[in-house]
Amino acid sequence: MRNFIRFIIRYYFFFLFLLFEVICFYLLVSYNHYHRETFLNSSNKVAASILTVSGSFTEYFSLKRSNEELARENAYLRAMLPENLRDTAAKPLNENERDSVNYIYYPAGVVHNSVNKLQNFITINRGARDGIEPEMGVISARGVVGVVRHVSKNYSTVLSLLNTQVRVSAKLRDSDFFGSIAWDGNSVAHAILSDIPAHASISIGEAVVTSGYSAIFPEGVLLGTIEDFELLPGEGFYRIRVKLSVDFRRLTHVEVIEKITSEERLELEKLTQDD
Amino acid sequence: MINNLGKYLINFLVIVFIQVLILNNLNLGGYINPWLYLLFILILPVEIPDWMLLLIGFLTGLLMDMFLNTIGMHASATVFLAFIRPFLLRFFAPRDGYEPGSLPIPSHFGVGWFLKYVSLTVVAHHIFLFYVEVFNFDTPLLTLWKAIVSSVFTIAFIMVAQMFGAMKSSRS
Repeated sequence: MRNFIRFIIRYYFFFLFLLFEVICFYLLVSYNHYHRETFLNSSNKVAASILTVSGSFTEYFSLKRSNEELARENAYLRAMLPENLRDTAAKPLNENERDSVNYIYYPAGVVHNSVNKLQNFITINRGARDGIEPEMGVISARGVVGVVRHVSKNYSTVLSLLNTQVRVSAKLRDSDFFGSIAWDGNSVAHAILSDIPAHASISIGEAVVTSGYSAIFPEGVLLGTIEDFELLPGEGFYRIRVKLSVDFRRLTHVEVIEKITSEERLELEKLTQDD
Repeated sequence: MINNLGKYLINFLVIVFIQVLILNNLNLGGYINPWLYLLFILILPVEIPDWMLLLIGFLTGLLMDMFLNTIGMHASATVFLAFIRPFLLRFFAPRDGYEPGSLPIPSHFGVGWFLKYVSLTVVAHHIFLFYVEVFNFDTPLLTLWKAIVSSVFTIAFIMVAQMFGAMKSSRS
């Protein structure tokens, strides 16, 4: 009898273990499948405010670097002042310039960031109150950072480009061939550009930028430079290793992009698709 | 356990804060992240009821997940750790069993014993964690390699943290 009870007790432990694991995997799978707002993510208030404290320390220690980034951005913006564009004023606007008025940039600070998982997230200190919405693009002064996933009142979580679920439409800056870029989960500094056809001319060091085909990013935002490439045997496409321009380990300030016309365009495209 | 509830609570908070505020922001070679918080589950008393061990493992893991946006991932691995702990403790038991009130820490059983106990549990936990993270068996050897390398760092951090703990308790 005593052995029997001991037997039961042993199994009760095992079944309790199984029960907990089922709960865990249910959470894991449902969280990955349905992109709904869950209470248990870091845009929830308690976790986010603690991460803000930690983020403010990081921010302090990287002030020098932030200054450099801001100076770089200043220079970029100054280059876009009207007097610097005087030469082009007489000519008709090209597509790029017409496009650029359609975007609004919201600056945001990074309060939490990870680079060592397969699904990396960034938490930023701007939320619904500041006009942030899911599916908006996020860039820094150096290039593309990611896409907004969840939004709470004061915080948002961003799917980092270092997230195997993220895929961004990209093109070669010089030759305009386009493909898509995604992270393969290996190196923090590299991503893989695929779908570039074999007849494209490619050179190492060439810049890879966003294509502007998706409604998320404007055209021509830097993604990185080509480090090496190989032609996939029998497929007719290149597999290109791109050195990312953003250093995800040192991210303190980002900008969230809202595209004004994107809804109009999506509706129009939907109309065409439905026909 | 009940008498030392306050002590364990402080232990827990200190370990979680070190993990969340410092270690989660360390980037050693890209994918290495020492999971020091396992220490809390490892040093719970030998006689702790099994169900309580599982529950503590689950809650600790879930708390980590909340900070890391990985709901269920760490929880599943810490529940696994809590599940194998009693079997490993039985495996490493002294010849005449554990005395009442003994803790699985170096000052009770020696540094060598503790290192063996921690190494085996941490490696098992990390292998489980890393396979849950990739959620497939496409690159089994790379995943195993990442798990082993990360284990080495976790074990090192746990041993160092335990040394600091021992210094503090011998002084008081």
